[in-house]
Amino acid sequence: MNIMQTPVIDAAVLKPRIAASGVQVHYGTNHALKDVSVDILDRTTTAFIGPSGCGKSTFLRCLNRMNDTVASARVEGKILLDGQDIYDRRVDPVQLRARVGMVFQKPNPFPKSIYDNVAYGPRIHGLARTRADLDEIVEVSLRRAALWNEVKDRLSAPGTGLSGGQQQRLCIARAVATGPEVLLMDEPCSALDPIATAQVEELIDELRERYSVVIVTHSMQQAARVSQKTAFFHLGNLVEYGDTQQIFTNPQDPRTESYITGRIG
Amino acid sequence: MTEISAGAGSLFEVDARTRRRNAAETRFRLYGMAAVATGILALVFLLVSILGNGLSSFRQTGIELQVALDAAALDKTGNRNAQEMKKVTTVGYGKIIGAALVDGLAKAGIDTSDLTDKQVAALLSDEAPRRLRDMVLADPSLVGRTVPFTALASGRVDGFLKGRVTMESAKLDSNISPEQLAVVQAMKDHGMLALSFNPSFFTNADASELRPEAAGLGVAMLGSLYMMMIVLVLSLPIGVAASIYLEELAPQNRWTDIIEVNISNLAAVPAIVYGILALALFINFIGLPQSAPIVGGLVLTLMTLPTIIIATRAALKAVPPSIRDAALGVGASRMQTIFHHVLPLAMPGILTGTILGLARALGESAPLLLIGMVAFVKDYPAAPPQGFMQPASALPVQVYQWTQRADPAFVERASGAIIVLLVFLIAMNATAILLRRRFERRW
Repeated sequence: MNIMQTPVIDAAVLKPRIAASGVQVHYGTNHALKDVSVDILDRTTTAFIGPSGCGKSTFLRCLNRMNDTVASARVEGKILLDGQDIYDRRVDPVQLRARVGMVFQKPNPFPKSIYDNVAYGPRIHGLARTRADLDEIVEVSLRRAALWNEVKDRLSAPGTGLSGGQQQRLCIARAVATGPEVLLMDEPCSALDPIATAQVEELIDELRERYSVVIVTHSMQQAARVSQKTAFFHLGNLVEYGDTQQIFTNPQDPRTESYITGRIG
Repeated sequence: MTEISAGAGSLFEVDARTRRRNAAETRFRLYGMAAVATGILALVFLLVSILGNGLSSFRQTGIELQVALDAAALDKTGNRNAQEMKKVTTVGYGKIIGAALVDGLAKAGIDTSDLTDKQVAALLSDEAPRRLRDMVLADPSLVGRTVPFTALASGRVDGFLKGRVTMESAKLDSNISPEQLAVVQAMKDHGMLALSFNPSFFTNADASELRPEAAGLGVAMLGSLYMMMIVLVLSLPIGVAASIYLEELAPQNRWTDIIEVNISNLAAVPAIVYGILALALFINFIGLPQSAPIVGGLVLTLMTLPTIIIATRAALKAVPPSIRDAALGVGASRMQTIFHHVLPLAMPGILTGTILGLARALGESAPLLLIGMVAFVKDYPAAPPQGFMQPASALPVQVYQWTQRADPAFVERASGAIIVLLVFLIAMNATAILLRRRFERRW
C-alpha cells in the first residue's frame, strides 16, 4: 500500500459542497444509518470504506435521493447541497440528480448507441438547443471520461458492445453529461479487471479537478490510491472521517485500526 | 475411527451403488422419451384425422353446363330491366338449369332412361339456381344467349367424387339412388364434372342443413376478425396500463396484493363463466344486441386481460433494475424511465403475451355460445363500426355448429374449418416466436 503518493489537501482552501448532519436512514424496522454528519468537499475525492452492510452505500444513495425509489426507506436529518436542503419538500429529485450524478457498481449502459447513452441526460433536461450543441456535449463528456479516442469512430454502435471498463467509462460520461457538481460512485471498479480498474482510477483523479467525487469502495488500497478524504463506516455509524493519509497511518478509533489492518470486516 | 474413502476397488469395476444410479438415470431417460413419443403420437393422430377429413372441403364438385337463358321465361317484359327480372325466383332458374343438365347428358350420349328429369335435376345443388340468378341479374344482357356455367353439384354427388358416398350407401339413402350415381360416374368419365378449388368455402356464409355443399366460413372468419380487432384495441392498452401501474407505480400494500391474487385467479376462471357475465352485463343490463361481435369482443377482452397483465408484468419484471437505476441516476422522471427504457425493453415480452392471449381468444367458443353467437347467420355484417353491432358467427362456434348437423358432409366442413382455425393459430404463434427471437435480450 503506497500511501505516500496521496497529496495532502489543505481543507481550508476548499469549501464543502455537501454538508450532511444527523442523517438517519431506516429500511422498515432496520435502522441502517445512525446519525451521520459529514462534509463533502469540492474538488476532492472522498472515499467511503467499511465492511459490507455498514451503510456506506445507503449514505451515498441519500446524497442524490436514490433511496426514494425504495418504498420502505425513511430518511431523516439534513443534507445541504450548496446550502440548500435536498430533502426539502420543494426539491424535485429529478433536478437534483442532474446536479449529483451517479455511477453504479455494475456498468449499466442503456441498450442504445454510445451517442444516445451520453445524450440522454442532456436531452431530457433540455441542455442542448441544437444538434451541434448536443454533439459538443457528447464529445466533451466522452473526452472527460477518457473514452473519446476509443469510440469516436463508432458513436452509433451499441453501448452494450463495449468492454466492461469502456462501459463503465461510458457510464461516467453519461453522468458527466448533465453537468453535475458532485459525482457519486458506488463501487465503480468491483466488476472490472485490474487494467480497467487502473484506467478508471486514473480517470477519477482527473475528474477531481472539476467535480466533487464520492466513491464507495471495498478496496482499502483503492481508497488510499484515489481519495484525499476517507470516511469509515461500521454498523451504520460513521466511525471516523478525516484525511486519507491520517486514516490509514494514524487512525484515531480502534475500530478503524482493526478494519484497515484486516482484523474486522 | 473409520477411514472415509470411496473404497479401494478398481476404477474399471463399477460397484453396485453406481450401477443402481446409472440404471435410475436410464429409466428416467426412457420415461421421458415415452412421454414425448405419446405426445407426438397424439399430435400425429389429430393431424391425420383432421387433415384426412377436412382437406377435401377446399375442393368442390362442379358440373360444366351450357345453359340456354330463355328470354321468354326470365324476362317476360323483354326490356332487360334487372328490377323487373327479380320477379323470377330461383324456382324459374332451377327449371332452366335442370333442362340444361338433361340436354347436356343427352348430347354426351349418357343413358338416363332409368331416371326422371327431376331425378337428374336433383344431382344439382339447390345453390346452383341461386348463383345462376345472381349472375343473370348482375348482367341482364346474358338473357337470350347460351352461356357456359359451372353448376354446383349436390352434396351427395360431391361425396361420391370424394369417396364418402358409395353405391352401397346410396341404396339406403333417400337423397340419392344407385341409378343416379351410375349417371354421375358416366358424367365423370365424360369430363362433365370435376373437383376443383373451392373459393366459396372462404367467402360463403353458412348454409342450411340441406346443402352442405354451399356452406362457407366467410361470416365466421369476418366475425372472428372483428372480435380480434376489438380484443386487441381494448385489451392491449388496458392490460399494459394496468401492469405498468401495478408493477412500477402502485404502493406495495394489502390492496395491491389482493388485486394481484385476483388477477391470477381470473386467468384461471372457466371461459363459460365469462359468457354468463357477458350475458348478464352486456346484453341484459346494457342492452347490446345478441350475436354481435361487439359483445363477443368485450367478453373475450375480459378473458384475455388477465393473460396480458400477467405476461406484461413478467416482462416488466425481467427488465434489469440496473436500467431503471441508470435512468433515474441521470435524472429521468419515473414516467421517462418507464416509457424511454423499461417499456421498450419489455415490449417483445408484452407482444408475445398479447399474441398468445389473442390466439386463446380466437379459439374460444364457450362464452360465445352464451351470448348467442351460435345463431345461424346468413348475411355478412357491414363494415365497422356498424358491423360490430350486427349478427356474425365465429370460427370455433362454426365448427361446433357444423359438427352437430346430421349430414356427414358437414364433418368434412367442420374439419376444414378446424384446419383454417389451426392455420391462424399457428401463424399467430409463429409471429410471437419471431418477435421473441428478433428482440432477444440486448442487455
